Amino acid sequence: MSSETKNTVSTVKVTIDNITIDVPAGTTILNAARMIGGDVTPPAMCYYSKLEGSGGKCRTCLVEVAAGSAADPRPMPKLVASCRTGVMEGMVVKNITSDKVKEARAGVVEFLLLNHPLDCPVCDQAGECHLQDLGYEHGKEGTRYEFERRTFEKEDIGPYIQLHMTRCILCYRCTYVADQLTDNRVHGILDRGDHAEISTHISKAIDNNFSGNMIDVCPVGALTDKTFRFKNRVWFTKPVYAHRDCPDCCGKVTLWQRGDEVLRVTARKDEWGEVCSYEGKPGWICNTCRFDKKSASDWVIEGPANINRHSVISQGHYTGLQKPKETLPEVMGGRAPKLMMDIHDVSEVNKIELSQLPGAATGNDFNSPAAKEA
Amino acid sequence: MGRKLLLEKAHVAGITTYEVYRREGGYRSVEKALKSMSPDQVTEEVKKSGLRGRGGAGFPTGMKWGFLAKPEGVPRYLVVNADESEPGTFKDRYLMEFIPHLLLEGMITSSYALGSNRSYIYIRGEYVWVAEILEKAIDEARANGWLGKNILGSGFDCDIYVHRGAGAYICGEETALLESLEGKRGNPRIKPPFPAVKGLWGCPTVVNNVETVAAVVPIINDGGEEYAKIGIGKSTGTKLISACGNINKPGVYEIDMTISVEEFIYSDEYCGGIPAGKKLKACIPGGSSVPILPANLLLKTAKGETRMMTYESLADGGFASGSMMGSGGFIVLDDSQCVVRHTYSLARFYRHESCGQCSPCREGTGWMEKILWNIETGKGKLSDIDLLWDIQRKIEGNTICPLGDAAAWPVAAAIRHFRDEFEWHVLHPDEAQQRNYGLMHYADPIHVPQPVMA
Amino acid sequence: MSLCFSADKLKEVQQIIARYPEGRQKSALLPVLHLAQQEFGGWLSTEVMDYVAGLLQLQPIEVYEVATFYSMYNLKPVGKHLLEVCQTGPCMLNGSEGIVAYIYERLGIRPGETTTDGLFTLKTVECLGACGYAPMLQHGKYYREHLTREKIDELIASCSAQPVSASH
Ligand SMILES: Cc1cc2nc3c(=O)[nH]c(=O)nc-3n(C[C@H](O)[C@H](O)[C@H](O)COP(=O)(O)O)c2cc1C
Ligand code: SF4
Ligand code: SF4
Ligand code: FES
Ligand code: FES
Repeated sequence: MSSETKNTVSTVKVTIDNITIDVPAGTTILNAARMIGGDVTPPAMCYYSKLEGSGGKCRTCLVEVAAGSAADPRPMPKLVASCRTGVMEGMVVKNITSDKVKEARAGVVEFLLLNHPLDCPVCDQAGECHLQDLGYEHGKEGTRYEFERRTFEKEDIGPYIQLHMTRCILCYRCTYVADQLTDNRVHGILDRGDHAEISTHISKAIDNNFSGNMIDVCPVGALTDKTFRFKNRVWFTKPVYAHRDCPDCCGKVTLWQRGDEVLRVTARKDEWGEVCSYEGKPGWICNTCRFDKKSASDWVIEGPANINRHSVISQGHYTGLQKPKETLPEVMGGRAPKLMMDIHDVSEVNKIELSQLPGAATGNDFNSPAAKEA
Repeated sequence: MGRKLLLEKAHVAGITTYEVYRREGGYRSVEKALKSMSPDQVTEEVKKSGLRGRGGAGFPTGMKWGFLAKPEGVPRYLVVNADESEPGTFKDRYLMEFIPHLLLEGMITSSYALGSNRSYIYIRGEYVWVAEILEKAIDEARANGWLGKNILGSGFDCDIYVHRGAGAYICGEETALLESLEGKRGNPRIKPPFPAVKGLWGCPTVVNNVETVAAVVPIINDGGEEYAKIGIGKSTGTKLISACGNINKPGVYEIDMTISVEEFIYSDEYCGGIPAGKKLKACIPGGSSVPILPANLLLKTAKGETRMMTYESLADGGFASGSMMGSGGFIVLDDSQCVVRHTYSLARFYRHESCGQCSPCREGTGWMEKILWNIETGKGKLSDIDLLWDIQRKIEGNTICPLGDAAAWPVAAAIRHFRDEFEWHVLHPDEAQQRNYGLMHYADPIHVPQPVMA
Repeated sequence: MSLCFSADKLKEVQQIIARYPEGRQKSALLPVLHLAQQEFGGWLSTEVMDYVAGLLQLQPIEVYEVATFYSMYNLKPVGKHLLEVCQTGPCMLNGSEGIVAYIYERLGIRPGETTTDGLFTLKTVECLGACGYAPMLQHGKYYREHLTREKIDELIASCSAQPVSASH
């Protein structure tokens, strides 16, 4: 823990799923894996590199450490949270090459979905929900949970943000936003255990100028933008990059448009679903940009947005698709793991040919006989 | 009659007061340590004693003290864990209630060894009156020069404060305890960093159980080697066992770790046997988190050897056929008890006490509780038993803190050893509402496989 | 009505804060909430929590987060006598379920309920560290152990006979 030894930027060698990479000392396993990119990167539902102290909670990023370091090559007895475990020289990590990890991860996904409402067809987040993606890639078919799911009332937190607590996976990200980006924290975690909830206790307004970033960090549809007009399936809207000269924030955003209308404004996201950084600083956006600038003339349009391929929204709808390096064949030595599992019991969304629907889809579209046959 | 080091004087009239405690030889260890030993020498004695943490994990105390970081100019803290919320465990309360100065004496000596000038006792919130007893004892100790500035002219300053929790088992986990002491929710921290490096308010901290710290007193008085002579192997010294459930004489017993489990249950010196002519069916020997064992595996190991009340012997056979010393909460079930119902009650406990930070524990504990309730009330399916097994396996080892494991193990062990009782509940749902499964074969002599000659 | 501790209790708050190093007054939150609950009617209203927040210079949400985490803080009004019966394994082995049933028989309240006269609230709680003295309940500051029907009768009688004053 002595700081003297860290003055010189040293690098360490770490091997993840048979791929070896040099990374700066002090890097976490997860970030090292992100440097490699592609399938060897563990999914992360609670860690958020721009929020200090985040991570460690959801357990989706668990990996197996087959050798702790060159100095002490013993394996670690338990799977570790890659987002909170630092790499060591000579460490050997197994992610998708570990059966233990695959099994544990499927378990975590099941736990996360256990009390999650299966309301994807009517959820604003559908299409850009990390839990949906996670279930799609790592989940098992069907739920074994036969009990009533826990539910909460919808709640407005301030004029701009709505909380659907029922969907929350308690990743704590939004509380870190409240803590680190706003000065008077009015929102936090109440109660404990499986009754824990995000709340302001007395629905206090969140009026801080950066509070809207909670919406962007929320991995599911628990925190949503109340000003998102004509609540629309995201894939009917066209995301474009735009900027404006904003005195409070970086002013670099994604506009979600239909025709000339701006339905919603969000920060730009990188391939890990986090807000992009500019010159090393996180590109959080202020509430004025997010909630008030809803006319195309407020913005300088740059062009179509890059949407990463992990998300359901990107399924062939957009140009500018970013394809991370395909590492799978390299890693698995030719074997093809069954990563893409069927989420259809979780979400009806993918059964429908959306482009064929006139106008915006509604929950009813997913209940139609056509949808059931599809 | 086994040797007693901690509770020997617990029943001397007036021992809760400073005068009597001092007259009976109290605070000698502080004198000895502060006047004739360096802090490192105290730690050395504790290392020699082989003392293992009495809070549950059994980690060697001297080694733990040795890990404490000592950066220049940064305060260090000793925090005593008196949260005592593991079902079946009520030994620390006994010690604090009847002989509070022993804990304080151990704390002053330990604080000296660790360099803690401000030490805390984190006591579970419900023990209101115990906290008051401790506060009174602290005032007495301070008035008599054992606390405060420059104790015994040694230049060592120390103060002790009591901090009451407010109802949360998880605050017994050391990092949750520190969060709680900082005035926050009792969410366990993600480790590393460990408390020895970054603990209370970011400073190096040692968290020790009440009994562990009290044991430092006889170790310093008589020397670590003397202490290590008591017991068997790596189970040195004496251990407080809180015995409860279906026994004639529930209570707190100090044992030197040389007796068998059978003797502990049936001798009149300890539990005094099973009441009302009933028979021993099962036992959880180390607090609710450790595996339950049927009578036959409790008294003998799978190898057919007598099971002793030591760390090693209780754990003999691993989780397949053994259990753990844990916190020393010894819970006995007689043949009229239902293992399914008891397991359900523990599952409810863990669901209630999960802090909710990590998904396997938050979601898994509630799920197990619901399934167990179904089985218990005649609504279960045979597949539920396998499902329970699978759920506990997916919780275990995958959580932030050991509460996840603690919730998984009781369920795993109950299914492992009492599967037919679970199946009976499922297959005879109506009958299971009327009567319990009974002793069945759980006390039958176990078949000890003989080595096969080739 | 804006609420405030008495001068005596304010002094006690200062003493509590002094147990912790300077600038660490957040550590005083748990003990001060205990004190507040005792002083302001046995439970913590939002008003009380906000008051405590002001006293310790915390954001109200920091107090709510803590108050809702720990089971000893009552977030709803409770009867004058709170009977908290332990229901965990070891107590269950010794008949805690019968104690809950008997209290229902005597007072007509189930766990979570309060008698209409506001005198008694029944709660079931998890292990209180008195497993060897089971079945047991906590009444105010004290534990009542080795419970029997007769002991419950006595307890109810003595509570009902008490004049209207705090139970601790
Ligand atoms: C869920 C949980 C509850 C615990 N409860 C207690 C407790 O009530 N008392 C205790 O001394 N240790 C408890 N522990 C163990 C502590 O984390 C810690 O290991 C212990 O206090 C260290 O002291 P020792 O080395 O003296 O045993 C608990 C651990 C866990 C995971
Ligand atoms: S509301 Fe969203 S960001 Fe906040 S904890 Fe829940 S899932 Fe995470
Ligand atoms: S294992 Fe349970 S108690 Fe421990 S941190 Fe996770 S949720 Fe909290
Ligand atoms: S991303 Fe690592 S535990 Fe959630
Ligand atoms: S189980 Fe009731 S006090 Fe421990």
